[in-house]
Amino acid sequence: MTSIKLKLKESEVQQLKEVAKSFNNEPGELINVLHKAQEIFGYLPAEVQEVVAQELNVSVAKVYGVVTFYSFFTMLPRGRYPISICTGTACYVRGAEKVLDEFKRLLKVPVGETTADGKFSITCLRCVGACGLAPVVMVGDKTYGRVTTDGVKEILKEYEDQE
Amino acid sequence: MIKINIDNRTVEVEKGTTIFHAAKKLGIEIPTLCYMNLGDLNIEHKPGGCRVCVVEVEGRRNLAPACATDCYEGMVVKTHSMRVLNARKTVLELILSDHPFDCLVCAKSGTCDLQDMAIKMGVRSIPFQGEKSTYKPDFSPAIIREMDKCIMCRRCETMCNDFQTVGVLSGIHRGFEAVVAPAFERDLDHSECTYCGQCVAVCPTGALVEVDHTTQLIRDLADTNKKVIVQTAPAVRAALGEAFGLEPGTLVTGKMVAALRRLGFDYVFDTDFAADLTIMEEGTELLDRLTRFLGGDKEVKLPMLTSCCPGWVNFFEYHFPDMRDIPSTARSPQQMFGSIAKTYFADKIETKREDMIVVSVMPCVAKKYECTRDEFAVDGNPDVDYSISTRELAMLIKRSNIDFNSLPEEDFDKPMGESTGAGVIFGATGGVIEAAVRSAYELHTKKQLEKIDFEQLRGLGGIRSASVDFDGVEIKIGIAHGLGNARKLLEDIKAGKSEYHAIEIMACPGGCIGGGGQPLHHGNPEIIKARQKAIYQEDAGKPIRKSHENPYIIKLYEEFLGEPMSEKAHHLLHTHYFDKKKKDILID
Repeated sequence: MTSIKLKLKESEVQQLKEVAKSFNNEPGELINVLHKAQEIFGYLPAEVQEVVAQELNVSVAKVYGVVTFYSFFTMLPRGRYPISICTGTACYVRGAEKVLDEFKRLLKVPVGETTADGKFSITCLRCVGACGLAPVVMVGDKTYGRVTTDGVKEILKEYEDQE
Repeated sequence: MIKINIDNRTVEVEKGTTIFHAAKKLGIEIPTLCYMNLGDLNIEHKPGGCRVCVVEVEGRRNLAPACATDCYEGMVVKTHSMRVLNARKTVLELILSDHPFDCLVCAKSGTCDLQDMAIKMGVRSIPFQGEKSTYKPDFSPAIIREMDKCIMCRRCETMCNDFQTVGVLSGIHRGFEAVVAPAFERDLDHSECTYCGQCVAVCPTGALVEVDHTTQLIRDLADTNKKVIVQTAPAVRAALGEAFGLEPGTLVTGKMVAALRRLGFDYVFDTDFAADLTIMEEGTELLDRLTRFLGGDKEVKLPMLTSCCPGWVNFFEYHFPDMRDIPSTARSPQQMFGSIAKTYFADKIETKREDMIVVSVMPCVAKKYECTRDEFAVDGNPDVDYSISTRELAMLIKRSNIDFNSLPEEDFDKPMGESTGAGVIFGATGGVIEAAVRSAYELHTKKQLEKIDFEQLRGLGGIRSASVDFDGVEIKIGIAHGLGNARKLLEDIKAGKSEYHAIEIMACPGGCIGGGGQPLHHGNPEIIKARQKAIYQEDAGKPIRKSHENPYIIKLYEEFLGEPMSEKAHHLLHTHYFDKKKKDILID
């Protein structure tokens, strides 16, 4: 096992400790604290989970259990442009899977992972409430509707040009 | 009280009783793979996860898990209707469809609850074929995890988190991927596992088992150049008989000695001898601390905590490292034995340390780890070479064609086989402190004890307290078994709320008699009680019952050690503890 020490930013750790405090360091608030932690750090690496465990006085194993149970939580850093493909019923029947496959093919990463350059990550989500635009793809906060496989390249190009 | 009908018979139960327990009252044993209730020890585990206990409830659409469904007035239950039997069998077949079929060569074969259930349900084929869970096996110095065999009953999680508050194991992932594992799926060896072995003690399958040293032992016994010496812990004799069909609580000391001799050990000794030695050192340390404390010394650390239990030592090294100056520095009996065997006894039989193999038979899996600790070795040669569990000894006896039940009763060899009743009671919760009190009282007051039995220190309560009158000085004693109970006492000490002078702590329920290396109790607390009775029975039958009166211990000090806590005693019989709290946060 190779261990790489990941250094957390002191200011961010402090922020997380404040969050835990705002929940009275209650073990029952674990999920809420993890939500906020993911907002602060973008993801939940082992180090962050250790801090959460310490602050709420629960075992790290338990924190890890909750993080791995809920698909919303991620232990992998998301890309600078996180791509979310809706695979809810409406989007699915209108070809979301083909769109997803195209993203995977072009970026060469599976769902839940980030490209080597840290630019894009792919996740699936269930229904963003824009079924009329199905299939829907989100990149960061921006929503794309009626996406076709051909349109995937266009979307990616938009962000490639930005750097 | 409410009345319910189960399998056409009526039973009256209290409100809040589950179908499972109501049925039990009628002598109906509803099968289960996950439910566990350790009665007096206050551990009830009912996740309703295995679904083997499903029953039919009249008026209810689906089947109900008996272990997690409360009775109501007028309830009509069927526990073996065709619908129930079919569903139960299907549930079992589904569990088996994601289980390796290596039963013939599995360490748990013959004592496996899942195997028993398959026999009971008459499973003859597995109709479901599909993906199987595969995990990398995890080998630690004491426990092996093979999670392919896990059926997610989650009993281990309850023992690790609720009873022991160690918090190493947790259910992770979901659905088909769900499994019980340490944080970030690290190996046990890289976790804060204390190796108490209570997960092993309750695992219904071969997913959690102890590290096996029997092959190594057979090899060493066959080596004519080696002197192979065995020591047996007090709790072993109170449980070994169970593996040979004897009633729980049957003492088999003499037969065990005979069996060990037939296995080919050169010397059959008793850890109880070392327990007496522990009392000399630990008792003296306690008296020393007490005398200084009563003399007004503010520096002295009290309460003094016992240090015989390796699971407990690991626990405070991980969770309370700041308090590691409170436990006694006395090594455990296992390690004192090894240390004396490879010095004092080695000289006596003119054998070099390297040509000696010291094996221990322990009710414990943490002992396997303890003897690998660096500080218990001289130039890389360990004081105790390895430790086998009560279960491993039973297996070895069977494998060596020894008809255990027809063996004669034999005595331990001398000098390290002679022990007192005080050494014996180390095997039960409260025993170490009772043994210490017996000696400390007499050494302090210079008077003979009128009554040797300290009933107030015995029992199965998780945390117990008692006072003993030391000729006008009241000595307050605390006792805890189970690390969760120990944690409470430690937190009191930390907060300055503890009034105790001495505290005994054992990691396992009931003390060593309920250890992780004992024949499986399959969740029956009565077995632990029976073993406890046997321990006190052995004590009562001993001609000498106080450690400081053991003639061979007296001789050991005269010939070799000098005084308790002498420089030599310090070097050979005492130890120091480490701060194992994780400082660096690492990522795999």
